[in-house]
Amino acid sequence: MDMTVANRIEAERLAPVTTAAKPAKVTAKDVNVYYGEKHALKHVNVDIPDRGVMSFIGPSGCGKSTFLRCINRMNDTISSCKVTGLITIDNQDIYDPALDVVQLRARVGMVFQKPNPFPKSIYDNVAYGPRIHGLANNKSELDQIVTASLEKAGLWGEVKDRLQDSGTGLSGGQQQRLCIARAIAVNPEVILMDEPCSALDPIATAKIETLIDDLRSNYCIIIVTHSMQQAARVSQRTAFFHLGTLVEEGPTEQIFSMPHDQRTQDYITGRFG
Amino acid sequence: MTDIVPQPAPVIPVRRPSAEQSATRLKSRYAVERRFKALGLGSLMLTGLFLLLLLANITLNAIPAFSEHAAVMDVTLDPAVIDPDGKKDPAILAAADYASLTRAALMTAIPGVEGRAAKKQLASVMSSGAADDLRAKVLADPSLIGKTIKFPMLLSDDADLYFKGEGVKASSRPGTGTITASDSKGQITLTSADNAFAALTDTVSKFDLEKDDGGLVLKSSMPSHLVALNGGLVKLSKISPSSATGEVLTPLTSAGPAVGSAWQFVTYGAPEGNRQVNDQAATFLEKLKASGVVQKNFNWRFFTSGDSREPELAGIRGALVGTFLTLLVTLSLCVPIGVLAAIYLEEFAPKNWLTHIIEVNINNLAAVPSIVFGLLGLAVFLNYFGLPRSAPLVGGLVLALLVLPTIIIAARAAIKSVPPSIREAAIGLGASKQQAVFHHVLPLAMPGIMTGTIIGMAHALGETAPLLMIGMIAFIVDVPKGLTDAATVLPVQIFLWSDLPEAAFQQRTAAAIVVLLAFLLLMNGAAIWLRNKFERRW
Amino acid sequence: MTVAYFAVLAALTFAAYAVAVRRSSAIAVAGPVRLHSLPAYHGLLAASVVLVPMLLIYLIGSQLVTTLATSNALSQFPADVQSDVMKSGSALRDVRNLAAGQHSGDASPVLTSAAATYSAWLERGTYAIYGAGILAAFLGLAMSLASIKPSFRARTHFESVVNIVLMACAGVAILTTIGIVASVFTETMRFFFDPAIKGRPGVLEFLFGTEWNPQQAMRADQGDIKSAYGFIPLLTGTLLITFIAICVAGPLGLLSAIYLAEYATPKMRKYAKPVLEILAGIPTVVLGFFAALTVAPLVRGAGASIGLDVASESALAAGLVMGMMIIPFISSLSDDVINAVPQSLRDGAFALGATKSETIKQVVLPAALPGIVSAFMLAISRAIGETMIVVMAAGLAANLTINPLDAVTTITVQIKTILVGDQEFDSAKTLAAFALGFVLFFVTLILNFIAQRFVRKYREQYD
Repeated sequence: MDMTVANRIEAERLAPVTTAAKPAKVTAKDVNVYYGEKHALKHVNVDIPDRGVMSFIGPSGCGKSTFLRCINRMNDTISSCKVTGLITIDNQDIYDPALDVVQLRARVGMVFQKPNPFPKSIYDNVAYGPRIHGLANNKSELDQIVTASLEKAGLWGEVKDRLQDSGTGLSGGQQQRLCIARAIAVNPEVILMDEPCSALDPIATAKIETLIDDLRSNYCIIIVTHSMQQAARVSQRTAFFHLGTLVEEGPTEQIFSMPHDQRTQDYITGRFG
Repeated sequence: MTDIVPQPAPVIPVRRPSAEQSATRLKSRYAVERRFKALGLGSLMLTGLFLLLLLANITLNAIPAFSEHAAVMDVTLDPAVIDPDGKKDPAILAAADYASLTRAALMTAIPGVEGRAAKKQLASVMSSGAADDLRAKVLADPSLIGKTIKFPMLLSDDADLYFKGEGVKASSRPGTGTITASDSKGQITLTSADNAFAALTDTVSKFDLEKDDGGLVLKSSMPSHLVALNGGLVKLSKISPSSATGEVLTPLTSAGPAVGSAWQFVTYGAPEGNRQVNDQAATFLEKLKASGVVQKNFNWRFFTSGDSREPELAGIRGALVGTFLTLLVTLSLCVPIGVLAAIYLEEFAPKNWLTHIIEVNINNLAAVPSIVFGLLGLAVFLNYFGLPRSAPLVGGLVLALLVLPTIIIAARAAIKSVPPSIREAAIGLGASKQQAVFHHVLPLAMPGIMTGTIIGMAHALGETAPLLMIGMIAFIVDVPKGLTDAATVLPVQIFLWSDLPEAAFQQRTAAAIVVLLAFLLLMNGAAIWLRNKFERRW
Repeated sequence: MTVAYFAVLAALTFAAYAVAVRRSSAIAVAGPVRLHSLPAYHGLLAASVVLVPMLLIYLIGSQLVTTLATSNALSQFPADVQSDVMKSGSALRDVRNLAAGQHSGDASPVLTSAAATYSAWLERGTYAIYGAGILAAFLGLAMSLASIKPSFRARTHFESVVNIVLMACAGVAILTTIGIVASVFTETMRFFFDPAIKGRPGVLEFLFGTEWNPQQAMRADQGDIKSAYGFIPLLTGTLLITFIAICVAGPLGLLSAIYLAEYATPKMRKYAKPVLEILAGIPTVVLGFFAALTVAPLVRGAGASIGLDVASESALAAGLVMGMMIIPFISSLSDDVINAVPQSLRDGAFALGATKSETIKQVVLPAALPGIVSAFMLAISRAIGETMIVVMAAGLAANLTINPLDAVTTITVQIKTILVGDQEFDSAKTLAAFALGFVLFFVTLILNFIAQRFVRKYREQYD
């Protein structure tokens, strides 16, 4: 195995972490989303820095999930959905027709609300991404990827003796960590998480939150959450969406302690939502 | 800060393919994608093509059966034959020999036919149904007796097919030289001093023909060669350059010579052996056609008469009535029983092992081969209860058992789709559970139940195998009048006709299929219409 | 007579309803207390108390009368006729015909007196049924009228009657199964074990015999035609045609379902689905005609053009058309199971950068596998039990072969061939058809049962 390549990638990832303005990993400029006639997302502009967690909060139907799904073009699977505006990752337009959506999604992983392991073995679940993208030349390389991904997802200790068992047989929290392992197995740059803890119990939620905290040193993580506490716990920056518009975005402490906008104020104090 | 460098997390040791590698890989992945999609579309198209081929094939086969040919002729209604006593007693009128009248009319239309074989051939051009039609006409209006009327006489199936087909593909070319006929009728010899038949011997020499006395013997597997001379037509059976022997199909005005353009070679391109109509009959039919008496009518008879051994007389009315009676029994049994059973299972049945068995049982019954239901009908209804064979009653019973599971399943689905809030509202007002179900749930579930029922009945309409088991396969000419009369149904009629060798029956089979499919289409259309009109999302 | 009985029945039922409604309404108007139940329920209860006993008396009574008349008529015949099943059967047929006035030819004195006895018993029985029925009706009416009081819970009573009727209706399905099992199973047992049946085979001889030839001498003077009941050629024939059908319908049906479920636009679905539904609704007799008239000659011609000798009733032609029949079956069942695979699984694969076909092949299909397997099993069961296509397009010759170009015969073809036309119910040949029916029923039952368990497991997994 070519350790130098891996080391180089790792070295890139481990660039000095500073709280000063980091270069934006994902940038959105005037993004609008329409579902048929419905204008679901209006004029969203945001910069999302690398190596950190950004959370999107807001009441149901505010467009936060819709925006999240624009970043890996999952909205393409809905035929009535239309996206305008510019979204870039590393200054590359992801809606550029020349860019391939399959390759984009290899760079932008996603974890869903409900754990959705494939009805395959734990091993095959994790190995699926590397297999389709040809990221391993042989079985031993694949083994290493699977092991590393499971370790990184904090699941290795629990499943190392039953890698051939079905992924659907795990508990809800384990399934979600399996999905995270599956997502990071292709070594993505951005990980999108769509309310990853909403179907889990508090203990499993705590584990996932710890995991997110571990992962942020390597990835650009964007998390949609219903829970303001969760946003406060895991994220460094927070964006508040309301009725399809991005109301306010900034460092998490600032959003929760002194929001600029009255709507944000009302939401975080529980007036609505 | 340098001493608190964060601990590196485990690396994902992926091998990043080069841009070139990944482009190649992506290309092949998309090629697989396109192939897979094309495969799916291809399968769907192929299935559609199958259906198209089936429907087109059946329709093309059916079209000829919807018309019939008749020859309009002057028929003299001779009182001596029809009504010798002059009393116009219907019994005597009905028993008269109308066939002799129609035959006589035909002889008048094509004069000069002599010899038993030729006369028989001529009579066979006409259907035996012509005499029956004439009888019906006379019985309807006895005042016609003694008059000569213009009457369309139905042609036989072979003659009918002859006019629907391409005929004999006749062609002619002028003869050269002189030929002399030895006689004007029967087997004759044509002789030619200047080898007038040499042209013909050259033409037929490519066939591997036997020689007899220096002449070539013609075969029925090759085009027929005839000579037209002196107003008549001779079919050649043996030729040599200088002479030919053959049979006179149309009498010559005289024996003797014919010179140059006064005679022609005639060729019937379709070999006689491949046709239902031989050359003799073909000449009769060509004559009828030439005299302009042959007319093509819509085949109403197909819908108004029962089965027959004669293809041109066979119709589907008996089968249609039988189908109607059978389905009537099925409908009146399986709808009430099916709906009530569904209500019980969905609303009232306690959840215990017995109910579970009934449910599993219904699902299994729905998939039992239909022929097994036929065995049930044979053993239980016919042999144990002694019900009559071939009766719509028994057929209806068997079909009712057959479609009952379908209807129960559909009705249960319809009842289940009515939201519990409706029941709760009724029960909250003090209605009993039964009142809630019969007054509120059942009416709301009715469109779904009706859709299921129509689909079940369409299934019953097309079912054949179980009805064969209970004897609905008999040859029945009469239209059934009651539930216990011997009857057949449309699909069985199709099966019966499909087995018969006559080409005309093949076409009638296809026509009966068209009628059956039309009914099915109508029923399924009604089901779809109902579903769309009353479909309600709760 | 039946018509008259039912006319009386209808009249009495309506009368009971009318009288009871009137009586209870009168009480409701006059009395100080409110009726527990509406007058209509009193009427319905009275009507059902009249209707149900009369119906039961007719159904049970007529059966009883026929049995009595038959046994009494039979007792007139000599002992050897009575003891021989075949002779007594034909004697009874004569008796019935004579009694109905349809007997052709001269009747022997024994037959005449037997027929007279039969008619006499039938007549007596009919009067008894009439009397009992009308008596029961009036008794019921009187009882229900006497019980009309404000406190009488007519609705509760009527509802329990309705409940019993509902239960009886649900029981019809069970009765059907019992009827099938009883009739097919008892005849099968007779086929193997009844000593009175001549020429019956042993069970092993049947199950493993390789020659099927059910012809046998119907009359003594026709000599001894050997019959053989070896099941194996029918089994191989059935499986061969089923195999061909599944080879056609499996890929086509599954790929069509995948295309419809995953790729097709809603508009395309709207047009393609009815096409499949039309194909599914085409009666098998029509497909059989198509097979015999068009496909078989086509297959034969195609074979001849590449120098193969194809039988005119080849297994291939029947199998191809059978496959056509099954395509919509497989595609609609597969379409259902593919649609039941949760979208979240597809999203999971898409989010990893899988293409659509990779998602389908590696995620959707494995997830839908149990459902697809059960669809195939149901399709196989349907193909095995299909009759008309094979009757019209496959042969009668029981060849033991796996060459699809040869003519083979199937279980259903043999059942149909044996049972259509004249038959005696007690010959080994006829009973053989029931044994075949038993095998058919049993095999399809097992296939369906397993398939349904698969489906239920599958549904539970994603519910």
